[in-house]
Amino acid sequence: MEIFRDAYNYFLLNQSFFWEATGDHLILSFSALGISLLVAFPIGLWIAKKKNISQVVINVFNAMRVVPSLAILFLALPYLGLGFVPSLIALTVLAFPPVLISTYTGIRGVNPSVIESASGMGMTKAQVLTQIEIPLAIPAIVSGIRIASVEVISSATLASFIGGGGLGDFITRGFALYDVPVMLVGAIPVALLALLSEIFWSTIIKKYPVQ
Amino acid sequence: MTYASSKTKESRVTQSGEILFEDVSKTFESEQIPAVDSISLQVAAGDLVVFLGPSGSGKTTLLKMVNRLYEPTSGKIWIGNEDIQRLPLNDLRRQIGYVIQQVGLFPHMTVKKNISVVPRLLDWEKNQIQSRVEMLLELTGLPNTYLERYPNQLSGGEQQRVGLARALAADPDILLMDEPFAALDAINRERLQKELLRLHCKLDKTILFVTHDVEEALLLADKIAVLQKGKLVQYDTPIDLVTKPKNSFIKELVGTNNILRRLSLVSIKSVVKAQDHESLRKNPVNQGADLFPAISTGEDLRSALSLLLSSGSDYLRVEDSSGTAQGLISMDDLRKMLMSDNLAEKKKCDEISD
Repeated sequence: MEIFRDAYNYFLLNQSFFWEATGDHLILSFSALGISLLVAFPIGLWIAKKKNISQVVINVFNAMRVVPSLAILFLALPYLGLGFVPSLIALTVLAFPPVLISTYTGIRGVNPSVIESASGMGMTKAQVLTQIEIPLAIPAIVSGIRIASVEVISSATLASFIGGGGLGDFITRGFALYDVPVMLVGAIPVALLALLSEIFWSTIIKKYPVQ
Repeated sequence: MTYASSKTKESRVTQSGEILFEDVSKTFESEQIPAVDSISLQVAAGDLVVFLGPSGSGKTTLLKMVNRLYEPTSGKIWIGNEDIQRLPLNDLRRQIGYVIQQVGLFPHMTVKKNISVVPRLLDWEKNQIQSRVEMLLELTGLPNTYLERYPNQLSGGEQQRVGLARALAADPDILLMDEPFAALDAINRERLQKELLRLHCKLDKTILFVTHDVEEALLLADKIAVLQKGKLVQYDTPIDLVTKPKNSFIKELVGTNNILRRLSLVSIKSVVKAQDHESLRKNPVNQGADLFPAISTGEDLRSALSLLLSSGSDYLRVEDSSGTAQGLISMDDLRKMLMSDNLAEKKKCDEISD
């Protein structure tokens, strides 16, 4: 209990720094998620339609998943230097595979007879995609985003190692000072944020009419 | 209640329900043997024609060439005077109703959205769509409360009613139905078959109906096209198919020797008509007609036989739908009917009373 009280006191003393770090953390996470969504979602749609190349692309991205997030961050370092941008790029790359693969599986998982029914009724290819395939793939896509969110929010802590800021700053600081309460001021909010995003996305999936 | 929605009729790419298959063949890329082998076939406007055959006979392929989900390798298909190959694909499809087995409904759309897919593609106005959807629900026997439900909240039979309503939404001249009732349980299947007959009599649509179920084909069809290995073996009315099968395959398929099946295809009305009314009136047994069990003119001879056997009576009193006596029939009449070469087909719409 002592540790938590110390952590709370540290938080009270460093409030402005804490909120700034939280803000940085969220901006970093949201930007990484947003960018990877903007890029990975269309690619996912595209490869779902191209049977011959889809397997290659999927395998490459599955392999990428194995690379630890810390490694991606440090790989970015020599090429992109320190700060916000390299952290953002590393986190974006991290969020890429789950979004892309879930988009792909979601689209491919749509019942072929539903699609045939739609085109048989006179929907154009674009209408089938936007009115039938994407809406039916939403649950799969959202669960991909959910996985990506948790990964990005927790990995954004590591951005602090390459000067990316965020709540990880408390953890690195606590680590350097060998001060557990300081580390907790970073760790607990990150855990809460990850939990919140988990709850947020699963609520969205639950509200959707098809599972 | 007027059924037709005249608004979009003029703008259609075809104006007819008449379909002509002209030497149509289809060979799939990966296969050597044609799935459909030079089939020529004429479907009169307003007829319900069943494509009957075992799996792999090409019946579904033939059907899907009408809305061009498949394109024929050779041959032409005409709707009215239009070669469908020359028509804009999606315009053609939007005016042909399409019902498939089981899961054709869009699971993420409510019943209302599902039914109104084609009207929305055709840019109908909102209130026109609303009244159309309500009308179609009533027509297919679904309660209004279902409008905002999702397909997975409905039973299989109800889902297929929605499928039917959806296919009828833009008031097409032609309906394509690909084994629509195959996944339903026996009770629901029978109910929907009757419903389809009722709708067909009422709405005057050309319906192409694919099935492998002989009973279903005989019950529904005005004419049946029997397919085997991509070829059209026989194209005839149900009664001619049963009494004059072209080869042993059809003989076996439709059960030519099945006397009960033959009886089930002839209506009581045709027996009464065949009788000499003068002699009937003089017949002394007619005096006590009230004592005989009654049967309606819309029933078939199989029901008459069953009633004759179960009641033990020698005669049945035939009544029309208003209860007026039309005559008597006996076991002898049934036997004569069965022997005669010219069995009159029962008029399917006779038994439908609104």
